[in-house]
Amino acid sequence: MSDMYGKGILKGLAVSLKRFAETYLDDLSWIGKRYRTEAGIAHRSGKDARGIFTVQYPEEKIPVPEEFRFVPFLVYNEGPNGEKNLLCTSCGICAKVCPPQCIWIVRSTDPATGRPFPDPAEFCIDADICMNCGLCAEYCPFDAIKMDHDYELASFGRDIYNKARLSKPTQYYENIRPENANRENAARAAKQAARAGVIKVE
Amino acid sequence: MAAPLSSQTQELTSRFSNLINADTRPGYSGWLLDKTHLLEFATALRDEFGYDYLSSVTGVDYLPEGKMEIVYQAYRTTGGPGVMFKVQVPRTDPVEVPSLVPIYPGAELQEREAWDLLGIKFTGHPDLRRIFMWEGFAGFPLRKDWHEPYYEEDVKPFKNRWPTGKIVMSESNNSYNDNIAYPKGFNPESQSFNPEKALYDALRIYQKNEVGLDTDHIIVNLGPQHPSTHGVFRVAVMLDGETIVNLKPVMGYLHRNHEKIGERNTYIMNMPYTDRLDYLTSMSNNFGYALAVEKLMGIKPPERADYIRVMMAEMTRISNHLFLIGSLLNDLGAYFTPMLYALEERELILDIFEAVAGSRMMCNFFRFGGIARDLPDGTLKKIKEIFFERFPRKIDEIDRFLSENEIIRSRGVGQGILTPENAVRYSATGPLLRASGIPYDVRRAEPYSIYDRFEFDVCTRKNGDIYDRLMVRFDEIRQSIRIIQQAAKQIPEGPIMTVKPMYQVRVPPGEAYGRVEGPKGELGFYIVSDGKPNPWRYHVRAPSFINLTAFGPMCIGQKIADVVGVLGSIDIVLGEVDR
Repeated sequence: MSDMYGKGILKGLAVSLKRFAETYLDDLSWIGKRYRTEAGIAHRSGKDARGIFTVQYPEEKIPVPEEFRFVPFLVYNEGPNGEKNLLCTSCGICAKVCPPQCIWIVRSTDPATGRPFPDPAEFCIDADICMNCGLCAEYCPFDAIKMDHDYELASFGRDIYNKARLSKPTQYYENIRPENANRENAARAAKQAARAGVIKVE
Repeated sequence: MAAPLSSQTQELTSRFSNLINADTRPGYSGWLLDKTHLLEFATALRDEFGYDYLSSVTGVDYLPEGKMEIVYQAYRTTGGPGVMFKVQVPRTDPVEVPSLVPIYPGAELQEREAWDLLGIKFTGHPDLRRIFMWEGFAGFPLRKDWHEPYYEEDVKPFKNRWPTGKIVMSESNNSYNDNIAYPKGFNPESQSFNPEKALYDALRIYQKNEVGLDTDHIIVNLGPQHPSTHGVFRVAVMLDGETIVNLKPVMGYLHRNHEKIGERNTYIMNMPYTDRLDYLTSMSNNFGYALAVEKLMGIKPPERADYIRVMMAEMTRISNHLFLIGSLLNDLGAYFTPMLYALEERELILDIFEAVAGSRMMCNFFRFGGIARDLPDGTLKKIKEIFFERFPRKIDEIDRFLSENEIIRSRGVGQGILTPENAVRYSATGPLLRASGIPYDVRRAEPYSIYDRFEFDVCTRKNGDIYDRLMVRFDEIRQSIRIIQQAAKQIPEGPIMTVKPMYQVRVPPGEAYGRVEGPKGELGFYIVSDGKPNPWRYHVRAPSFINLTAFGPMCIGQKIADVVGVLGSIDIVLGEVDR
């Protein structure tokens, strides 16, 4: 068999045959729990995958990692009467840093004094133009705009998201990005403690 | 590039004392010469000084000073820093400069691009046609006084987004409700519109071997809609039966005027746009751009960031080569089996990118002075598990599967040969160059970041045929695995950004050419800054685009069935070719 013509093809076929056999052997070894289970999905999308590695979307979904970024959303704290207090102060940094310039903000003005007021009167994101780069969330000084994990956003018309559609509670943010939320809360608490410490000394 | 080396300065000034002047504008480097001396200087540079590889030809529009500048970068294939020389001409209409194609044939497509986008006419160019836009297009898109149909302001951020930003859709500002505009006085009836005429006339100029029967030669178009052209790419061939007599690539179907968008963007805004150049290798594109701007700013990233950058870049190289192996085998007719074997491994790399950067393909991970965020917990362990245990085994399996296959050998060995001399003349870079035997790798020739700390080999092969280009990529995957293993062991703890994260970076005026060894070849970014938040000129030296200069000569004499194999082995991505 040393220099027979066709040896290369036979070697290749041996690899395909091995993978073919592995497909069924791996399937059998899971005894029916390979599909529609979390462990099964993790196995098929992980580094020990053997055999068929397809994850059957939409019945099975691969859990997204924490850093995954899709269309942004605005974070609000729930007030005592259920009002939505957005963390956004309409400073406009996200609109200035957005590469395709898809964020449109109208800053509120105080009706009594005519001065600007740190709250967005209108906040629109054109989700058809948004390239999900994450620069708005990265450079927001108030942790008010964050990247969402929801990627099932297909629709029939133009996707211009207004303030109501974009607002989601802090509980949602802490669910999808626990590490980031903990880090930011700790930093905020440390800053407040430092400020409180300074005032106490007096 | 910093100030030219003193020994290079001495050599060049002693030889050309009356012809060239050093460029003394603040932040600039290189040599200025008059256009009448250009050919003499270039010939001597190539023959006497050994700068045989012309890397980049580009134009810059200095509208306020009324000048156009053509910038050339030349390097030695033996390695080391290069020479940047420029020709300045007054900005009349048309602008005329002698063409370097007789000396460096690799400048052919780049000079056509400068003609198309900036209106610089190169006298002596064998085939000066528009390359991205169609014949009959009005205007030169990269000129500073040309405005696109959706033009709002010269630079971003636009003022109407904040603080009084009532959303307006761009279509409503255009009278045609679409992204089109017509020149003044345009009458469609009066045009005898034949944009293909120039292409087919150029195609008819070739060597005729009239031996035996007198046959007609026919023109066949492959593409732009074709499953094997790796994107919207068109190849016009002149056939004598099944043998190719002449071949011209036609591109521009994915042209988005990336460089003009780059001039409108601020520096940080350009980072996600670089992801979309060669969309399969987004980390490498980020790397090149970050290096160029860091050269201008004069900052360097900290150690840990450098290690992470190198690991990400090498993972991108493996991901790209896996994709190439899959798609080349698909083009050669093995349909999807090898493709999915390769893509299965690539999925693991993409999952790492998703965990680290947030996105599988459009990573937007690098920043000026470091990287955007640190590796999440557990990622380094996952990288070690994958690259120490799984990948070496799996790459050997795919190699065993493919490399001795008689069908691949008969379609690959001896087909589409690119000789080493031609490879250098046509400015080929990357695996295309190394498969022909020239061991030029930017990571060794002019090391950037921390590549000088790692042990890896520059992979070459001897013959320069399709089979060698496939095999050299297997070799490169193995070397990349080696680099990642070393980096994962040596990575220190520490900060990941030298400077505070700012969304408005201060870039001093000047110019910089930052290049990296991308998976497809030498990816370079030439950036000219005038101290403002937006670049004045932003040019991408795209390896896929320039490697296509060699495509025509490689295919002449081959059969039509080999075109697809050759094109697949050059490895192009249209996002980079067209920009």
